[in-house]
Amino acid sequence: MIALARPRGARFALGVLAGAAATASGVALLVVAAWLIATAAASPPITALSVAIVATRALGVTRGVARYLERLVTHDAALRTLADARARVYERLARTEPVHRFRTGDLVSRLVSDTDATQDLLVRGLAPPLAALVTGAGVVAVSTALLVPGGLLLAAGLALGGVAVPLAAAAAGRGPGRRRAAGRAALSTALVDALHGGPDLVAYGAMPAALDRVEAADAELTRVERRDAGLLGLGAGVSALLAGLTLWGTLLVGVAAVRDGSLAPVPLAVLVLTALAAFEIVAPLPGAAARLGAVRAAGARLFDVLDTPPAVAPDRVPAPAPPGGVRPGRGLRVRGLRVRYGPGEPWALDGVDLDVPAGKRVALVGPSGSGKSTLAAVLLRFRDPDAGTVHLDGADLTALPIDEVRARVTGMPQDPHVFAGTVRANLLLARPDATDAELRAVLARVGLDEDLLDTEAGPHGTRLSGGMRRRLALARALLVPTTGAAGPLLVLDEPTTHLDPGTRADVLDDLLTATAGRSMILITHDLEGLERVDEVVVLRGGRVLQRGTPAELRDRPGWYRRALLGTGPNRDLPAAPSQRPATISPAG
Amino acid sequence: MKPLDPRLVRTTAAVRAHLALTVACGFAATALILLQAWLVAHAIGSATDGAFEALATTVAAVGVVALARAALTYGAETAALRSAARVKSDLRRRLVRHVAATDPAAADAGELATLATRGLDALDDYVARYLPQLVLAVLVPVAVLVVVWRADWISGLVIALTLPLIPLFMALVGMHTQARTRRQWDLLQRLGGHFLDVVEGLPTLAVFRRAKAEAALIRRVTGAHREATMGTLRVAFLSAFVLELLATLSVALVAVEIGLRLLYGRLDLETALLVLILAPEAYLPLREVGARFHASMEGVSAAERVFAVLERPTRPAPSAPVEPARRPAVRFDRTGLTYPGRDAPALDGVDLALVPGTTTLVTGRSGAGKSSLLALLLRFAEPTAGRVLVTAADGREVDLADVDPDVWRSRIAWLPQHPYLFDASVTDNIRLGLPDAPDDAVRRAAMLAEADQVIRALPDGYATPLGERGHRLSAGQRQRIALARAFLRKEVLDAPIVLLDEPTAHLDPEHAAAVRTGVARLLRGRTGVIVAHDEGWADLADEVVRLDAPALTGSTHAS
Repeated sequence: MIALARPRGARFALGVLAGAAATASGVALLVVAAWLIATAAASPPITALSVAIVATRALGVTRGVARYLERLVTHDAALRTLADARARVYERLARTEPVHRFRTGDLVSRLVSDTDATQDLLVRGLAPPLAALVTGAGVVAVSTALLVPGGLLLAAGLALGGVAVPLAAAAAGRGPGRRRAAGRAALSTALVDALHGGPDLVAYGAMPAALDRVEAADAELTRVERRDAGLLGLGAGVSALLAGLTLWGTLLVGVAAVRDGSLAPVPLAVLVLTALAAFEIVAPLPGAAARLGAVRAAGARLFDVLDTPPAVAPDRVPAPAPPGGVRPGRGLRVRGLRVRYGPGEPWALDGVDLDVPAGKRVALVGPSGSGKSTLAAVLLRFRDPDAGTVHLDGADLTALPIDEVRARVTGMPQDPHVFAGTVRANLLLARPDATDAELRAVLARVGLDEDLLDTEAGPHGTRLSGGMRRRLALARALLVPTTGAAGPLLVLDEPTTHLDPGTRADVLDDLLTATAGRSMILITHDLEGLERVDEVVVLRGGRVLQRGTPAELRDRPGWYRRALLGTGPNRDLPAAPSQRPATISPAG
Repeated sequence: MKPLDPRLVRTTAAVRAHLALTVACGFAATALILLQAWLVAHAIGSATDGAFEALATTVAAVGVVALARAALTYGAETAALRSAARVKSDLRRRLVRHVAATDPAAADAGELATLATRGLDALDDYVARYLPQLVLAVLVPVAVLVVVWRADWISGLVIALTLPLIPLFMALVGMHTQARTRRQWDLLQRLGGHFLDVVEGLPTLAVFRRAKAEAALIRRVTGAHREATMGTLRVAFLSAFVLELLATLSVALVAVEIGLRLLYGRLDLETALLVLILAPEAYLPLREVGARFHASMEGVSAAERVFAVLERPTRPAPSAPVEPARRPAVRFDRTGLTYPGRDAPALDGVDLALVPGTTTLVTGRSGAGKSSLLALLLRFAEPTAGRVLVTAADGREVDLADVDPDVWRSRIAWLPQHPYLFDASVTDNIRLGLPDAPDDAVRRAAMLAEADQVIRALPDGYATPLGERGHRLSAGQRQRIALARAFLRKEVLDAPIVLLDEPTAHLDPEHAAAVRTGVARLLRGRTGVIVAHDEGWADLADEVVRLDAPALTGSTHAS
């Protein structure tokens, strides 16, 4: 974790020093003032006091200034560290591409917030204890110089209050934290059910039971929280006790020393007030210990993702020349492809053969879980095959460097991401040197308004409609520079899913028009509008069930025909009865 | 934003009890602070004067005060955390009950669930730390001022003059920084969101071979984010700077002033020490309140959001509910629906009759108001214009608003477009609302819904837990189980009305075909409404009606 958030040495040290200076000024102010008063009581000449008077005033200013400086410097250092940490995390992700773990948005946003938690490591985790160490050592040195037992007492008090109590509190807080997390998870499930499932619950008359479940979970969590409150309050109590007892002990040894003449009255006042003020130094430490615990947990989650081994073999350097050389125009040839997501897992693809000749368009259809997206992952080299071969224009895809593969195979991953920024910026990803004229042309090709270029897409493209987002993603895939007559192989993974049905048909229609003459694999579970592809391959349970032209498959008994008739407009079914005009009248 | 929301005090007994206890603890804590200062000053003074006889008692008393302060701190902290747990529980229960009673189809269900859990946790800081500190910030400075004034009025005057400057300057600085911070906020949000955007888009970037190039951009954008943030912080930290500066300078001022007066013999050592020890205590609680302000305001804003939800109007129950007929006819009479906060109506002037025993297919593009029509039938919303009329048990035609919603809903079997499955077994999911339905009825419903096979294929068959939101299943499996739910309702309650919302949209062909078979069976002999985008369902319907979005055509009518 520290390696990830490698502190910016000089700035960080400056921040710690400023923090130490601020705390020290506060303590010193009281100590110098105590000396001033105790000395003044003996009525010395005013010149004896002038230094103390000036020092007091100066300390009053330095404390505020140093604190301000400390905050600026440490925050600056933390944000600089954050820039490094983000870049490092991203570089790791870009190298291992754990994209199969990206399916749930929650995981990604947690990964990001865990990365951002690294900035706390410095400002709130490491800086306070270091500053406290510097100041604490100084205070103990002063006390020891005045009276050795007093100094030792203060050192013990500060060590206990600054190290033992925070560590013990953090350790003791772990149990309640776990119990709370468990209670909160149960409550959260009940709540999500009651609120998200509200319509279903109310319509089915089950809301009272769901509310009872929420209240039972709430009662349990509240019970746990109330019971553990005492454990958490203990930390504050012990801190207060240590401060009080140290003051008391200092007073005890100090008064005894004055009585037996080994300590003058003035140092006594300084000693006692030092003990009184010194506990300000360790006050922020319990918070810092808790923060360090949170950062450590974030780091553990982060490295769990970062340490995912890559799903593809690293590029071999130098890449071996493809056997027989690249022969453009032969297209994609997949033989006996088998893939599974782990030993013992079922085969996601189990001996698939597939040919996409140059310039031909193949639709890959089948129920969800049939292995369609796994095939897309193999073609785009997010995953290596466990067995079988994948050749493109005669070259073995698994032997080519990853970026070389992606120059020849491109497309749309499932749920293509639209970046916050302009439409132009989103398009330029695919071809950074494209001119505006080229961008306008591609927008027109996918059925989008050419004037959209400067439109802000918004986060996740939310300022565009669902149909526009898919068209934009398609335009991006079409922009990838061509390498042969039929361009790079396009792999489009569910380009119309989650769109409402009318938009779905429109997008598919524009998509098929725009990709005429290109080599393409269109992955979909929606069979409508596929008449224009050259071949349909039905995948089920990781195996090819049927293949043929759309017309052949429609007429041949089998999965495709059954599925088509089950959902499509009722081609072979009797016509709908009595389409009378409805009893709805126009209204004002 | 107010430091203490009056609604929180007015409506939450736990808060009132907590405040009372906190004030009591505040008084005790203040007394102990004063006592400790006096004892320490007295001890040093006596030791300096060589009066050691009475010192033993004083020093012992310091020890007792230390113990008392520790005990008080422990007790107050524990009590405060307990109160926080109670306050959160109270608000959470009220929130969930209110939402369930008024608006179960709330569009912001996700936000509300987050608010009720993580959002309310922010109240811990507010209730357990901020409120007690706020009480101390009022009590301690006043008490210190009184004691110092009585001991030495000149020092008292210094404190009395400087103390009010702190809130004053904080307010001035706060006003200035707030405007500036708000201006910067958008920029910060945008730059701060960049990293998330890029990580989420990693697969897309990888496809376009841009993934590795992006790392340098992240560094640059985060750098820009840092500069913008620092610009804001430089100003935002000013308020803390002013606070710190004023507090320490005032103490320094007091120290020098009493030191000089001591020198000329106008003050005794013990009084001077008392003033010196107490002076920082006057400023300390104010500094603590300032430090906790931001964290606690999250709690206040969470509470405010809860109250905003609680203030959403409740729907009055019908005063004399009418019993609907066993097989009621339904008639929309120039019915309109405008959702609160929207300008355009979702439905406008709909006339439609549902004849018992027949099925009506309602088609239209998305946004045409198809789902709103079902929402009216399910009583998730009430018409804002016109009426929905139904047959009563005595044969009269009555306004649906006069029928008890729960009684009405027991007449309906509904299959939503995205049915919600719960974290329970398949069986319990099917007998939703009918917890006493026997197992063989559940199985029969599943068979009728073409779901039996799907369920048997699950690891534990009917006993398989489905996980949160049924996430273990595909959309098609979910839909088939939800259809079984509708069948059970039809069988057990003899529900005469069947409502179907795009039953096969987004399903793969196999599941769609199965659901379609089940739906045809479910509609037999019932009053059915199917809502769909096209006329693919027309073969199951006795009547087809087209709904056009009022926003597009200015009216809702059939074609």
